[in-house]
Amino acid sequence: MQSKEQILDQLYELIQPYSEQSIVLSEQTRIMDDVGLDSMKVMELVMQIEDHFDVSVPLNILPDVTTIGEFAIHLETLLKGS
Amino acid sequence: MTILLEKFRPLEEKRAALVACSGEDPFHVIVERVVSATESVVNGRQVIMVGTNNYLGLTFDPDCVAAACKAIREEGTGTTGSRMANGSYAAHVALENELAAFFNCPAAIVFSTGYMANLGVLSTLTGAGDVILMDADCHASIYDGTRLGAAQVIRFRHNNTADLEKRLQRLGEQSSRTLVVVEGIYSMLGDCAPLREIVDIKRRYGASLLVDEAHSLGVLGEHGRGLAEEAEVEDEVDFITGTFSKSLGSIGGFCVSRLPELEHMRYAMRPYTFTASSSPSLIASTRQALQILSHGVELRTKLWDNATRLHQGLTEMGFDLGAEISPVIAVKLPVSTQEDPTLLWGELLSQGVYVNLVLPPAAPGGSPMLRCSLSAAHSPEQIDVVLEAFATVSAKLQLEHQT
Repeated sequence: MQSKEQILDQLYELIQPYSEQSIVLSEQTRIMDDVGLDSMKVMELVMQIEDHFDVSVPLNILPDVTTIGEFAIHLETLLKGS
Repeated sequence: MTILLEKFRPLEEKRAALVACSGEDPFHVIVERVVSATESVVNGRQVIMVGTNNYLGLTFDPDCVAAACKAIREEGTGTTGSRMANGSYAAHVALENELAAFFNCPAAIVFSTGYMANLGVLSTLTGAGDVILMDADCHASIYDGTRLGAAQVIRFRHNNTADLEKRLQRLGEQSSRTLVVVEGIYSMLGDCAPLREIVDIKRRYGASLLVDEAHSLGVLGEHGRGLAEEAEVEDEVDFITGTFSKSLGSIGGFCVSRLPELEHMRYAMRPYTFTASSSPSLIASTRQALQILSHGVELRTKLWDNATRLHQGLTEMGFDLGAEISPVIAVKLPVSTQEDPTLLWGELLSQGVYVNLVLPPAAPGGSPMLRCSLSAAHSPEQIDVVLEAFATVSAKLQLEHQT
């Protein structure tokens, strides 16, 4: 079972290439507003995350996700269920 | 201005920048006069329309026009309500029966638009506990349908059957409660789904399959039934959705199924139940067009000849196109180009050729596109005019000719 911290570290690695300004990522970083992903890129990122963690990530969670930390909480739940 | 409208300011600024750059607004084109199925007057100029999806060119077919006029005279301009509340006109039911017979299916439901067909079916067929597994390049109506429903939504990489299988595998037992959604011909790139492989995968995992044949109806298959017919897998496709607004030249949508229980779903679909039904003239011209489409071998031959002529010409000019010849031809502009896509689009318009400008994020793969759609009604001479116009774009992009 992966801890939230472990999940976060992997998320930072997956999201970092999307940041054109190479900003420092944290739990509070907003995926669209701070990293600069548009809605299409967010969905691309979801597929990458699915493959990395080998888990299904329904698009339905996206309206509830603003920050990387919120994404990690959802992933933790999904990984527990899989 | 109310604060509610403030959020659209950036969008308006982008649009204004596009107009300032080309002097034309590519997303607010006014068709001042329609000359024929292939020509219109746009911004004071008569232009060849190569972006209408009017694949069989039936919008001015004399029999379709006559059928629509007769229906208006006999049944009026509109139905003024939904089929559930106001009742179905006999012609609505007749069209459903004719669609069912055309597809050799026991069930058919007609919707007021193709968008609403996808909205209705995708929001209702699957519910809580079910999964929609869709190709990433699916149309907005499919995305919106999934948002209206309660199923989990997962995407697989465009036309990538290994990616589809990996995602189905990951779903485990839920795979039998999964609806795989693909399109016959994808509207932006004009490529086809690898349907035989997809059918094989869905069968192995016990999933259901929906194919949106919006751009392939009348275009693919010996009888024009679309990709499922062309790929000889009609018995394995559970649901087909489509539209009347492309090859049938009117407005409306449909769902047919090899499963008679589709009928049970009719009044459970809010986008079916709570909207006005199609007007008599639309139903009448669609019925006539369906007759023509089902015997339309000659029209399909003309359409594919035109597609081949344009595809070959553009390939020789060095444009980056989809690999397959298709009635939808996407001219991908190099991401590195310094030329503004809007200016190139305006250049084509000034030379009498209207195509669709597709900009990221709407453009798959992130490169801007000049999207063409062919019609059986185009003449070879018109295609040559289109090619001449593209030659100037090719020169601006300094593409290397391949001949």
